[in-house]
Amino acid sequence: MKQPFPFSAIVGQTDMKRAMILTAIDPSIGGVLVFGDRGTGKSTAVRALASLLPPIKAVKGCPVNSAKPADCPDWAGVKARRTHEIPTPVVDLPLGVSEDRVTGALDIEKALTKGEKAFQPGLLARANRGYLYIDEVNLLEDHIVDLLLDVAQSGENVVEREGLSIRHAARFVLVGSGNPEEGELRPQLLDRFGLSVDVASPTDIDERIEVIKRRDAYDNDHAAFMLRWQAEDAALRDRITSARKALTKLKTPDQTLRDVATLCVELGADGLRGELTLLKAARAYAAYRDDTALTRGHVRDVAALALRHRLRRDPLDDAGSGTRVTRILQEVLGA
Amino acid sequence: MTDAWDRAMTALALLAIDPMLGGIHLRARAGPARQAFVDAAASLPHPALRLHPAMSPEQIDGGVDLTATLQHGALTQTRGLLDRAPSILTLAMAERVEPYLAARLGASLDAQDGHILIAMDEGLEDETVPESLSDRLAFQLHLDGLAMGDIGKILLAPKQSLTKRISAPDDSIELLVDVAVRLGIRSLRAVGFALRAAKAHAALNDRNAVTEEDIHTAIALVLAPRATQLPTEDTQDTPPPDIPEDQASQTPESLPDMPDEMLLDAVQAVLPTDMLDKLQTGQNIRTGSGAGAGARKIGNRRGRPLPARNTRTTRSDARVDLMATLRAALPWQTIRKQARPDHKGAHIRPSDLRHKRYQNLSDRLLIFTVDASGSAAIARLGEAKGAVELLLGQAYARRDHVALVAFRGTEAELLLPPTRSLVQTKRRLASLPGGGATPLAAGLEAAQELADVCARKGLTPVVVLLTDGRANIARDGTADRAQAASDAQAVARALRGSGTQSIVIDTGNRPTSGLRDLADALGGSYLALPRADAQQLSRAVDAQLAS
Repeated sequence: MKQPFPFSAIVGQTDMKRAMILTAIDPSIGGVLVFGDRGTGKSTAVRALASLLPPIKAVKGCPVNSAKPADCPDWAGVKARRTHEIPTPVVDLPLGVSEDRVTGALDIEKALTKGEKAFQPGLLARANRGYLYIDEVNLLEDHIVDLLLDVAQSGENVVEREGLSIRHAARFVLVGSGNPEEGELRPQLLDRFGLSVDVASPTDIDERIEVIKRRDAYDNDHAAFMLRWQAEDAALRDRITSARKALTKLKTPDQTLRDVATLCVELGADGLRGELTLLKAARAYAAYRDDTALTRGHVRDVAALALRHRLRRDPLDDAGSGTRVTRILQEVLGA
Repeated sequence: MTDAWDRAMTALALLAIDPMLGGIHLRARAGPARQAFVDAAASLPHPALRLHPAMSPEQIDGGVDLTATLQHGALTQTRGLLDRAPSILTLAMAERVEPYLAARLGASLDAQDGHILIAMDEGLEDETVPESLSDRLAFQLHLDGLAMGDIGKILLAPKQSLTKRISAPDDSIELLVDVAVRLGIRSLRAVGFALRAAKAHAALNDRNAVTEEDIHTAIALVLAPRATQLPTEDTQDTPPPDIPEDQASQTPESLPDMPDEMLLDAVQAVLPTDMLDKLQTGQNIRTGSGAGAGARKIGNRRGRPLPARNTRTTRSDARVDLMATLRAALPWQTIRKQARPDHKGAHIRPSDLRHKRYQNLSDRLLIFTVDASGSAAIARLGEAKGAVELLLGQAYARRDHVALVAFRGTEAELLLPPTRSLVQTKRRLASLPGGGATPLAAGLEAAQELADVCARKGLTPVVVLLTDGRANIARDGTADRAQAASDAQAVARALRGSGTQSIVIDTGNRPTSGLRDLADALGGSYLALPRADAQQLSRAVDAQLAS
């Protein structure tokens, strides 16, 4: 199988790329929702993410990628004490997937051959400490959505079925994509995504041409193309790693906290999740920019990403919520 | 000369050369033309596989082969269909494809596993393959209306297979991008496919570089069927491309200038005949398949699956959940074998039986049937529009879909097909015509038709009729007041007979008894709301539905 299209080679779509990088720096921001037209590079970006992210250390053979032997769940019966490096997991959750495959179920193989009641981990286990990608998240069946909401909130997958009683850690960054013309996303799920991005096909002819050219080079001149862009990806990966370290030392002035709170009050965003996410995103952004203190500029640059999808929707208002965020931003933070 | 057939054969040949083109979205009913095409596809050197739209994840991805495992007493795994060597996958009845299969096929095409997908779409007017899939297939073909005589020669599979060495001049890319913009194609995948198709076509003709003819074919095969607007001479939204003059002269291996008109003629020749109808509604027909979170399956055995239970059921149609039954029985096999060593095969007791259970939450469809006649029409339509949007705004929580039928003059028209998308609704409702007589019967008939179709899809339709009730056009289109009223009564009774719930909202200044009678005939509730506004309407409908 071919290596995925490199992340840095994606033309334009700055917002989408920025949002994904921010979650890579601080996974607790809580996921990205990408809404927009078809053929704008949504799936390409997510599939490229896997090779961009720094590898993680995990216990050998642990089904939930635990960092320490002590964290391995009892049911897995992991004997290995040593850890090894694995790429950050990016797991696809296909539409119409059954509940069994998401949460895990009785291991038929073991049951049939050994007569043992064992647990076969599902997608949630594999996605632990990594990314869970749902294409067409707005078309996902309700009962799977409910399940994901529950797990995303608690960070733990609890399976009580077929006589099994199993729990394991399931902390992942949720990445969803979809086309709003085909259906809206349920507000509860919307709220779980830390950042949201609207993507559109580039309207600039030159940009479109560049997209096609790079795609063509990727297909036909694969080796040279990958060599050229993997270097860029590596540079970006280093930046993410150093930003993760810088994040702990970053200072947050009280004034910024006040700004963030005012912004959320003015926008009428429900709950406090908006504030927290905005703050985390701004901090990650400052770390990415290699700045030592958080400023208004950082908040301004990520405010739309973090707040756009948290506004009360007015069906009779034609202007998108992006414009509303920009307007309030100007009022609160000045031009 | 049978263009459609030739195009179909060319598409197949190009796919054989470059499987990365994904495949073909074939829109055709079963018939000789389609059969001939399928035969032609079978002559390609790839192994053929048939898929049907409701394949289970076990079949697609592979899993434990239960029958074989139980028979041999050793674990037997089946291989997933998509894990096989590159094949031609023929998906019959592709318009009914289950979301899981669509998603898996899409991922497989993205990964460029080398599979070629032929999606055979037999959908009626507004049913089609989910866009997530059709966008990943290079070609779209319409074979309907081809007679036996139109079916030409079947091409033999070409021998060339490499597209690597084909060079494409820079301005050919620019040209393709430009044409795509003019045809209103937003997806960039389409342009990528067009470029690939052009290169494959060059390889087919033993050329080393893409020429004008290749570009032509690529536009006709890949871009034209995706057009959402008639090609414009000057694009307003985008800066006019300055490609042909400036850069063409600089690059040494450039295309000869292709006159724009010629190019656009090529496009127009290929545009589907119903293109204009689609354009009039402002949008290409969208797939409805999206909205169907679990609402697609028919019958009382659908909905959200619940864990299987060992319920003692007397219902003959209850389905045994084989997997769950075996799971329940498996842990006991060792013990039971010791108890009855003479018994061969799996030891399954009645207490192991598990039955499938489903929780059935059917989605509701509100069909607004709005009287667009006369002078008050504009205001009324405006309010109905507002109410539709308001109801949609809260639709998700209540699982409602909304549709809008307007009637005026002599006929009724479906303005908004069932949807849950605010974005699409706003676009569709942007302009609504009004004025003319009141064909109440026609309006109700249209509502009933829609209700029937949607009920078959598993939705629960509710008809909301907004009118002042002065029906004056009979079903046959004549202006006969008495006939019109009795026709309306007749349709209303039929609607009631089909078990559709309904609400009649009288928007006349002086409520008439005629509408109350109509509501009785419909078996629905009657509300007099003179000069109702959008908020009131939405509240009234809400209250009626809740009661």
